[in-house]
Amino acid sequence: MDRPVEHIVKSYEEELKRLRELIARMGGLAERQVADAAYALVRKDSEMAGEVVGRDAPIDALEREVDAFCVRLLALRQPMASDLRFIVAALKISQDIERIGDYARNVAKRSIIVSGQPFIGGLNGFQWMAQLVQRNLKDSIDAFVRDDADLAERVWAADAPVDDIYTSIFREMLTHMMEDPRNITACTHMLFIAKNFERIGDHATNIAETVHYAVRGAVLPEDRPRADVSSELAPPQAPAA
Amino acid sequence: MNQNTETAAAMNAAAGTAQTATASGPAPGSFGGMAARSSAAMNTARISIRDLNFFYGTNKALKGIQLDFPERQVTGMIGPSGCGKSTLLRVLNRMYSLYPGQRAEGRVMLDGENIVDPDMDLNALRAKIGMVFQKPTPFPMTIHENIAFGIRLHEKLSRAETEERVEWALTRAALWGEVKDRLHSSAMGLSGGQQQRLCIARTIAVRPEVILFDEPTSALDPISTLKIEELIDELKQDFTIAIVTHNMQQAARCADQVAFFYLGELVEVAPAAQLFTAPREKRTQEYITGRFG
Repeated sequence: MDRPVEHIVKSYEEELKRLRELIARMGGLAERQVADAAYALVRKDSEMAGEVVGRDAPIDALEREVDAFCVRLLALRQPMASDLRFIVAALKISQDIERIGDYARNVAKRSIIVSGQPFIGGLNGFQWMAQLVQRNLKDSIDAFVRDDADLAERVWAADAPVDDIYTSIFREMLTHMMEDPRNITACTHMLFIAKNFERIGDHATNIAETVHYAVRGAVLPEDRPRADVSSELAPPQAPAA
Repeated sequence: MNQNTETAAAMNAAAGTAQTATASGPAPGSFGGMAARSSAAMNTARISIRDLNFFYGTNKALKGIQLDFPERQVTGMIGPSGCGKSTLLRVLNRMYSLYPGQRAEGRVMLDGENIVDPDMDLNALRAKIGMVFQKPTPFPMTIHENIAFGIRLHEKLSRAETEERVEWALTRAALWGEVKDRLHSSAMGLSGGQQQRLCIARTIAVRPEVILFDEPTSALDPISTLKIEELIDELKQDFTIAIVTHNMQQAARCADQVAFFYLGELVEVAPAAQLFTAPREKRTQEYITGRFG
């Protein structure tokens, strides 16, 4: 449902607006973290990676601020209907964004290690995956800020390509590791990096689901389109020792 | 709730009425456990209102109301002043019959009888449908007499039976422990909350089927209010309850289903958890979030 009419109590309206802005700011910071972490990885830019690691704290601080603000609103305003859904959504989304920040930082940390290792394979898959999750993250935050349930639904349905890429990276890394055990350290880090991007995509999807509920008051179906089958993969042929 | 919703829907269909107002599906996005209370089986209707119109002279105060009061559940009625919710309560116990120029048309079915039928026996009706008002209205007599008085009006009981009924009513109204040692002192000495529970005891003493509450706690402090709400929760095991309240949180706490009225129309009726988390109608949404135009 849209919110065309303003609240009778102006200070309440202001508070809801401020909550929306807090989430927008958190989302903006997280988008930048993900983008910079991906850039640092692909360009082997350890300086940039270091900056990303150092910029996680403000996101955590905002999450605590949103938490406290939401609890305060729930206690003092006793919100109903769309207001209630909006505040509960903000509470959940801030947790998703905080996790996304953690994953971006982890990508950055690992990219510093990987940059000192011999080169293995291509980074195209990573770049592509990072772009997809960045777009989904941006769209899901935009959907929240604009109460756009249609956009949220599109994000929610758009996670399958991310899972596809993740699965193919998983296969590729497995192959590299089997070819030469000296690749294992770097490949393991790369796998974790891929997993981090994949998790960021999942959190973007969570945000989209939450936005959809906040706006429409109805939950999306349980079974989202998924394509991550890495948990079912075994090494193609274990070399006989 | 499905089976019973279907029953209600079937009843509506049979009565040739719109289903939108009475048959509501399970709450689509209500928060987990909270839904349980409200989406728990909606019992069969104890009172069924169909095509009810009500007039104060030429002013039409209720317009085509369709509403079921499920048996042994609490129906909350909310809406801004003048929306018709109190008028509906006045229709349910025919209080309007005291005033010339006020009339109702349509059907309000209770036990196979149409309440608004002019031939309805009002004494019998008011024994079936009790009412508790906004301000406690104890009679200026002893606590005991306040209860026994009503019983004697409706039933011929022996002294011992009357005593038993008085104790039962006061116990059910959660007042017995506080007044059992001063049954013969004046009811006017009780606190506001106690007086209201006394009025509830007086109402249930004649064993009605339905109890109407018209803003029962608006004159009470928060603790007395919670005691009344707890009492309503217990009373619904035996009685069908309708409560008019201006306090939305109270409707959310007490009611199984909530009906929102606006300008004499029933805009929406739904399980409480659904109406307060994800109402279907824009007007409901705007009213309960405080955005009323």
